[in-house]
Amino acid sequence: MSTDIPGKSLAAGGAADGGEAAMALSDGDFAADRREHDMRSALRDYRDRIRSGELGALPAVLGLISLVALFAALKPDTFLSKGNMANLSVQALPITILAMGLVFVLLLGEIDLSAGVASGLCAAVLAKLVTDAGQPWYVAAISAVAIGIVIGTTIGWLVSVLRIPSFVVTLAFFLGLQGVTLKLIGQGGTVPVRDDVVYALANKNMPVWLGWVLAAGCAAAYTATQVLRRRRQRVRGLHSRPLEFVLAQSAVVSAALLVSAYVLNLDRAPSPLITLGGIPWGVLLAGVLLVVCSFVLGRTAYGRHIYAVGGNAEAARRAGINVTRIRISVFMIGSGLAAISGIVAASRLSSVATDAGGGNTLLYAVGAAVIGGTSLFGGRGKARDAVLGGLVIALIANGLGLLGTSAYLSYLITGLVLLLAASIDALARRRRSTAGR
Amino acid sequence: MNPAGHGGGAGGGEPVARAIGSPAVPDGAGPDRYGAPYAADTLTDHDRLARGGGVARWEPLGMSVTPALDLRGVDKSFGSVRVLHDVAFTACPGEVTALVGDNGAGKTTLVKCIGGIDPFDRGEYRFEGRPVRVGSPRDASRLGIEVVHQDLALCENLDIVQNLFLGRERRRGLSLDEDTMEEMARTALSGLAVRTMGSVRQRVSTLSGGQRQTVAIARAVLYDSKVVVLDEPAAALGVAQTQQVLETVRRLADRGLAVVLISHNMNDVFAVSDRIAALYLGRMVAQVRTADVTHRQIVELITSGASGDLGPRR
Repeated sequence: MSTDIPGKSLAAGGAADGGEAAMALSDGDFAADRREHDMRSALRDYRDRIRSGELGALPAVLGLISLVALFAALKPDTFLSKGNMANLSVQALPITILAMGLVFVLLLGEIDLSAGVASGLCAAVLAKLVTDAGQPWYVAAISAVAIGIVIGTTIGWLVSVLRIPSFVVTLAFFLGLQGVTLKLIGQGGTVPVRDDVVYALANKNMPVWLGWVLAAGCAAAYTATQVLRRRRQRVRGLHSRPLEFVLAQSAVVSAALLVSAYVLNLDRAPSPLITLGGIPWGVLLAGVLLVVCSFVLGRTAYGRHIYAVGGNAEAARRAGINVTRIRISVFMIGSGLAAISGIVAASRLSSVATDAGGGNTLLYAVGAAVIGGTSLFGGRGKARDAVLGGLVIALIANGLGLLGTSAYLSYLITGLVLLLAASIDALARRRRSTAGR
Repeated sequence: MNPAGHGGGAGGGEPVARAIGSPAVPDGAGPDRYGAPYAADTLTDHDRLARGGGVARWEPLGMSVTPALDLRGVDKSFGSVRVLHDVAFTACPGEVTALVGDNGAGKTTLVKCIGGIDPFDRGEYRFEGRPVRVGSPRDASRLGIEVVHQDLALCENLDIVQNLFLGRERRRGLSLDEDTMEEMARTALSGLAVRTMGSVRQRVSTLSGGQRQTVAIARAVLYDSKVVVLDEPAAALGVAQTQQVLETVRRLADRGLAVVLISHNMNDVFAVSDRIAALYLGRMVAQVRTADVTHRQIVELITSGASGDLGPRR
C-alpha cells in the first residue's frame, strides 16, 4: 500500500456490508447531517442547546439590550445622545482589545493577571519613545508591541516549562511590571503623548463615506461567506445549518454594523458651526483585530490546537501537538494584544500615567471575556466574546457615570456583574455535564 | 460476529478495501473490481488476504506471511524492577492477536514499548520483516503503528471530525479544509459500520462510551495504519456497546490490519481473536491459535504460567 495518499486505507467496511456500506452513506447514517431542517426543528434544536448549557452569545446580547434599555429609561437625554454613543465606542476599545488577548489565554484554562499592567508598561514605552526620544509613531508602536511579546514569552516559558501555575507567575508580573512603569515614568509623573497618528487613533474619525463603505462592505462580505459556505456544504452533502438560520444571523450582524455606522456617522458636534461625525479610527483597528483573531481561532490548525489543549492537554500531546509551544504562544498573543490595548488607552487619554493599566483594568477585561461567553475552565470561547463583553462593561461604566453613582457603588456593581457572569459560566458548565454535552 | 473470519480471515473472500472517494464496488463484480490503486505488482500478501485473494491460510505461528509486528528477546526494566524478560511477540496482518495476562504481567509495558512511549532496553523490533527503531510515538505512527489507550485521549470540547483529524488537520492554504475532513470522517466511520451517530459534527462530550471508543479506533485507522493496538477497549462498556466495539475490532482485521487486543474478558478474547499471546510475570508463556485452546487452558496460562504442554519448558 502506498503511503503518499493519506486516507487511502479508509476502506468502506468488510464485504459483510459491501455495497450496503455505500448505501448507508446515502440514507441511514448521520441522518442529522443531511436532514432538511425547517425553521421549527431548527428553533427546537437551538432551544435544546440553550437548555443543555450551550449558551453562546445569548447572555451577553441579552445583557447589552437590557442595559441599553435601563440607562435609556433612566437618563434618556444624556445616555442616548450622539456624543455619548461615540464616546461609548471609544471607551470600550481598550477593554475589548485587552479581553481579546485574554480569550486566547483563557481558552487554555490559564489566566494572565498581568495583562493590564503590561498594557500600561507598553503604553509608557510608547510615550517615552514618542515624546522624550522623538521617535516616529511606528517605531514606538512596534517597540511597545515587541516589549509586550517579550513579557508574554517570559510568562509563557515560566508557566509551560517550569510549570509554575499561571496565577502565581502573572501575579508576580502584576506587581513587578508596575514597578518598572513607575521607574520609567517617575514617581507620580505623567508622560504626554504628542503624536498625531497615535492621538488620532481614539480621537479622530474616519470620513463619513468611508465609514459607510466599510460597514456595508463588511455586512455584504459576512453574508456572502455564510451563504456560500452553506451552499458548498449542501452541494457536498455535508452538515449545514438551515438557510433561515444563516440568513437571520447574517441579518443581525449586518443590522448591527449598519446601525452602528449610522449612529456614529451622525453629526455630533456641540455647535452648529462645525461638523463632527464618523467612526473613530480605533474602532477600525478593533474590527481588524476581531477578524484576524476569529480567523486564527476558528479556521486555522493553530487555533484548533489551542482548543484541543484547552479541552484535554494530554489528548493533544498524544495527537502530536506541541503543547508547550501552544502554551507559550497564547501568552505571547495575550501580552501582544495587551500592548495594542495600552496604545489605544494612551491615545484616548493623550498621556500615560504611572498607574496606567492598573486598578481594575484587568478585571474589566477578564469580566468582558467571561460575560461574552468565554469559559474560565478552558476550551470554550471566541474572539467575538471580547467585543460583546467589552461593550457590556463599557456600558455599565458609562451608564453609572452618567447616573452620578458614587465610586464605591460603581465598584460594587461591576464586581457583582463579573460574579454573575462567572456564575452563569459555572452553571452552564454543570448543565452541560449533566446533559452529556 | 463472523466466524469465517477466524483462522486468519482467509477463504471468506469478502472484505473489500476501497480508497476514499472511489465508487462503491458491488460484490463479485469481477476480477478487476479493485481498480487501479491495487495494481498486481503493488499487492502485498496482506492486501490479497484482506480481499480474499486466494492466499493460503498460514499455519499456526508459521511464517508464510510476514508478520506486521515481530518482537524478539525484549527486555525492559524500570530501575531495578525487571518487567519484561526475553519476550517474543508477533502480530500478523488480517488477524486479531489477543494479549492476555494478569494485572502486573507486563501487558501495558509491552504496549508502551510497541507504541514507542517507553522504548525497551534490549531486543529486536521488526516491522514487516525489517528491523526498525521505535523511540517515540511519532516513530510508531510514521510506520503505521497506532495505539488506542484505555483512557481515550479525545477532546470533549471538539466535535467528532475535529477529534479524528487532531494534530494532522487537512489544510487548504492557511485555513482548514473542513469539508474534506468531514467527508473523510464520514467515510471512515461508515467503514467501521457505525450506525448510531446522528451527526459527525456532534461534540464528543455528547457521545456514549461505545461511540467514543469507536471514534478513538477510527482515529487510529484513519490513515494507512498497519498495526492497531487496543488497550482494554471494552473495559467500561455495557453489553451492547461491547458487542459493537468487538465487531469493529473484527472488521479491522478483516480489512487486513494487524490488530492487537488487550482484554481481561475471556469471552471477548475467544469471540474475536485468531491468536492468543499470554504473558505471565513478564514472560511470554504461550502464543497459540485461539481455535486450538480452551478457555480453561488460557485461564491456567494467565494464573500459573503453564497449562499441560503449553507454557515454557521447565
